[in-house]
Amino acid sequence: MTNELIDFTLVSVAMLAIGIYGLAVKRNFIRMLFAVEIIINAANLNLVAFGRFLPHAGGQTMALFSIAIAAAEVAVGLSLIIVAYRMYQNVDIADFRSLKG
Amino acid sequence: MADAAFLALTVITIGSAIAALEMRSLIYGSIALMGTLGGIAGFFFLLDAPFVALFQLAVYVGSIAVLILFTVMLVKRELIFKMIEDRRRKFAGIGLMLIIMVSLGAVFLDSGIKTITTDEPAVDFRDIGKNFVTYYWPALILMGLVLAGSVTGALVLARREDVEDDQRTN
Repeated sequence: MTNELIDFTLVSVAMLAIGIYGLAVKRNFIRMLFAVEIIINAANLNLVAFGRFLPHAGGQTMALFSIAIAAAEVAVGLSLIIVAYRMYQNVDIADFRSLKG
Repeated sequence: MADAAFLALTVITIGSAIAALEMRSLIYGSIALMGTLGGIAGFFFLLDAPFVALFQLAVYVGSIAVLILFTVMLVKRELIFKMIEDRRRKFAGIGLMLIIMVSLGAVFLDSGIKTITTDEPAVDFRDIGKNFVTYYWPALILMGLVLAGSVTGALVLARREDVEDDQRTN
């Protein structure tokens, strides 16, 4: 293979950092969900890359599990966004304060 | 050394990840997120994992991105174009991003990962299927239950309590 493991790992690190930036800076609920998706994809890339270079089928199996669970997470997250939007007419997380004591 | 396809995919993936977070319109942002997810699928093809790549295209680009797009369309128009963020917080976030990138990148470049190369053939995707039905079968069943539970939970959460059933039919 012309591409080495370190290349894929560095792309994954860059995506992780971008995702953490999005989670730290953005206050829009939907954009924070984008950031979570980016982080999950960075993790999947690492799983498949290490599975290829070991080589071992476990990496791809775990990546498939991870993709399926991420789909479930997005479904619940989006319905939470819809409920919160219906209650507050806004997507700013600073407005979602009804659980705050 | 990385080849041209790898570099092109890197530019697409990282560039559209930044665009997804920074574009003014949430609709264009979610389309850029589709680019990121598609770029990751391209990386999976490069890693000789076509099954995972097609799964990624079907689940992420085909369903999750479209679901996000439809949710964005339910939000009021002025909220779609409104950027809610603090300027100082943004600079702090960029600093945090650079610190993570540089420090983790330096750790990886200094570690033994750099020397790992392989000439062995790729994993056969039939092995993944065997893994699913032999060693990982309890996890597979649990995953099915989690998916069913999450879909039911999403439906229950998004259901409107204030609408009567006879109004729903009209």
